[in-house]
Amino acid sequence: MSDTILEMRGITKTFPGVKALEDVNLEVRRGEIHAICGENGAGKSTLMKVLSGVYPHGTYEGDILLEGEPVRFSSINDSEANGVVIIHQELALVPHLSIAENMYLGNERRGRGGLIDWHRTNRDATELMDRVGLHELPVTKIGHVGVGKQQLVEIAKALSKDVRLLILDEPTAALNDNDSEHLLGLLRQLRDQGVTCIMISHKLGEIADIADRTTIIRDGRTIETLDMSEADATQDRIIRGMVGRDMEHRYPERDAHVGEEMLRVESWRVHHPTQADRVVIEDASFSVRAGEVVGIAGLMGAGRTELMMSIFGRSYGRGISGRVLKQGQEVDVSTVSRAIGHGIAYATEDRKAYGLNLIDDVRHNTSAAGLDQLSRFGWVNGLEELKVAQDYRRDLNTRTPSVLNSVGKLSGGNQQKVVLAKWLFTDPDVLILDEPTRGIDVGAKYEIYTIINRMVAAGKAVVVISSELPELLGISDRIYTLAFGRITGELPVAEATQERLMSLMTMDKEGAAR
Amino acid sequence: MTGTLNLKELLTSNIRQSGILLALVVIVAFFSVLHPSFLTPGNLTNIVLQYSYILILAIGMIIVIIGGHIDLSVGSLVALTGATAAVVSIRNGMPWWVGVLAALAVGVLAGCWQGLWVAYVGIPAFIVTLAGMLIFRGLTFQVLDNVSLSPFGGTYYQIANGFQNGILGGYGVDVFTLVIFAVAVLGYAVNAWRQRRAAVAYEQEVGALPLFVLKIVAVGAVVMWFGFQLAQSRGLPNVLILLAVLILIYGLVTQKTVFGRNVYAIGGNLTAAKLSGVKVKKVNFLIFVNMGLLSGIAGVVFSSRMNGAQPGAGNMFELDAIAACFIGGAAVTGGVGRVTGAMIGGLIMAVMSNGMQLMGAEQSTQQLIKGLVLLLAVAFDVYNKRRAGN
Repeated sequence: MSDTILEMRGITKTFPGVKALEDVNLEVRRGEIHAICGENGAGKSTLMKVLSGVYPHGTYEGDILLEGEPVRFSSINDSEANGVVIIHQELALVPHLSIAENMYLGNERRGRGGLIDWHRTNRDATELMDRVGLHELPVTKIGHVGVGKQQLVEIAKALSKDVRLLILDEPTAALNDNDSEHLLGLLRQLRDQGVTCIMISHKLGEIADIADRTTIIRDGRTIETLDMSEADATQDRIIRGMVGRDMEHRYPERDAHVGEEMLRVESWRVHHPTQADRVVIEDASFSVRAGEVVGIAGLMGAGRTELMMSIFGRSYGRGISGRVLKQGQEVDVSTVSRAIGHGIAYATEDRKAYGLNLIDDVRHNTSAAGLDQLSRFGWVNGLEELKVAQDYRRDLNTRTPSVLNSVGKLSGGNQQKVVLAKWLFTDPDVLILDEPTRGIDVGAKYEIYTIINRMVAAGKAVVVISSELPELLGISDRIYTLAFGRITGELPVAEATQERLMSLMTMDKEGAAR
Repeated sequence: MTGTLNLKELLTSNIRQSGILLALVVIVAFFSVLHPSFLTPGNLTNIVLQYSYILILAIGMIIVIIGGHIDLSVGSLVALTGATAAVVSIRNGMPWWVGVLAALAVGVLAGCWQGLWVAYVGIPAFIVTLAGMLIFRGLTFQVLDNVSLSPFGGTYYQIANGFQNGILGGYGVDVFTLVIFAVAVLGYAVNAWRQRRAAVAYEQEVGALPLFVLKIVAVGAVVMWFGFQLAQSRGLPNVLILLAVLILIYGLVTQKTVFGRNVYAIGGNLTAAKLSGVKVKKVNFLIFVNMGLLSGIAGVVFSSRMNGAQPGAGNMFELDAIAACFIGGAAVTGGVGRVTGAMIGGLIMAVMSNGMQLMGAEQSTQQLIKGLVLLLAVAFDVYNKRRAGN
């Protein structure tokens, strides 16, 4: 038997009008962690769907060889029966069911008479949870554990199916650094136990950290496969392969012209929306000046989004106290429309769930927060609206055939541009961007940074929340760190390093209180 | 990016709307072949008179459904508002217009009541209006003391049964009716032309000019033919004027006002709407107030047509109105739908009912077939959406 567990040869997949994959080759060795990277839309997910039988045999050209044997999967069940299990980016778990129930969903442990044997289910689940280092009761509802642990449940579920080849689509995209670290450790451990992993990831640091080999895909073609132990397998080389050009500057240059104070928040305190006695944000104070980019760093659960959303029209939490000052004057931001009226805009971290009406077109989404400017006596000037949408499409270089196309069909980066257009059209003085580059590719990220720079150059104040420290360091003038709902530090970017930020972000509760 | 679209692109870009329009044409053709009297002036007039109140309800219902809600209470509310008018004008002998105003006021009040629960207390509309269905029915029985009231007579009776004709004379063909229809077609053509010019000025893709002209001529011909049929019968029904005005108003309200845009935004993505500064509670409240008002109008039209009020009036009207919306392309999850779509959906239901009655089909067969049509229409929609999704 060869040490090649999987070979995909000359895979070509066409959708009506589009060639998504063209002559893609992938060879995965037994017991390795094989990373696949490429820009959004490069064809990574399509390739994995071909592999896992989502696109059944016959809808693509080319061959798949598993353990040297040609295989023809006609459904996901088929591929899973052969030990190929895929874990999607959006986890497929039922929130109201327990961990054990989720783990054996569709694969129930049956006892006598076809009834479910709950004792066996829970015992087997506990065993698998031990294997992935998840310490919860098997009867805990899945909705009550965090995203990081849910990810572990998915992996445990895969292990219950005797997985030989585990495919993970951006497994750490929604995880904080601790959870990511744990997950990557687990993948290493599984590799040592003989499970081969294919991992799609945007996080190059992570790939350098964990992958044995990396295949780069661009525009539906394989560019190259790098052996990560070689000296020339650098992040820059991967980026070059992904975007097809040199990316000397990942962050555009900018001359900072910081002006007067634009927004100041004092002694901000927020309670949890349902658990009234739980304080989520405690005594937070910060400020941002005109022409300044302020970064907010913090681990998942530190309260970054909660802080900003509670300021933006009390969209989060209850029992909110504290003062918000705009250019020195205290302002009332107790509803979203008042906050918008005072020139504050908040672009959400979850653009699909909270930012866009996916079934509507680009035009209506662009004007969604600024209809007042387009209407008189309640009547919308539809043609003016069209013009505004087209202007922003041109301005932000949004790639869509027409502004009358549905937003749901755009790529992540272009959707993000529509969200930005929506808020730019309200002409805000303070723009709060929550994870503005999450899940979008390197090229589109650069464009988003450029837009941010243009806004501060126009004298606006920008607050950026980001989980990626290099990004914060690359674009901010000043960075606040948050831990356990408190602001634990404030650093000018010149004094900030990833290590210093991380130590402030991981300050324990007592340290944070001081 | 100025460009023109050919016929195929035009049809496929709006497959929903063109699909149901095609279905309506097929059904009309089907019945006119099977039954010679289907397309006669008298029967066409009848279709308008018989289903006007369902179409009025469907106008309000489509807004409710676009907002992501449902209203099960409109049938009972039609009964309650009709009963109110009857109590005011028949039992207490007040003038006809006091009865109309009282009915509309009760409709608006009932809408406020339901809107309060849905928007400000946060109870799902399904529950609130299910309760409303029972409450309003109960109130109807109480208001009427369990008996029917009739007749209205006079002007009130003319609302749903009267016609405008003979004003300009004519020999067997009413000239006034033709003039009104001609003005409507002309207005439609001028408006379409202005929209097209503006779209070109704003660099939008438009259909090729011959196709545009063809569409105007086709629509104009169908409408004028319909007007000619009415003119040969009893002239222009009052309810048709009312319906046309309502369709025009609500077409504009849904497409051109901030309120209409907010309804689509709420139905499409509630959280995104909230975070964009839409006053969600106020909009939801208004949606139900408006539904109450339109139920009041439908109540007046229905009681006028029946020339009296019955405790059991309006039974199952809500289901016909809801079916009209879904056949007309509304989405169960909200955010999608148009007044014109709901009207075409309502006409499909109307034409089918009328056609089957002419053919002497049993009530049971009629229900069965209408149910299947609803199911097929939505299945067609879902199929289309899935294909477009790939």
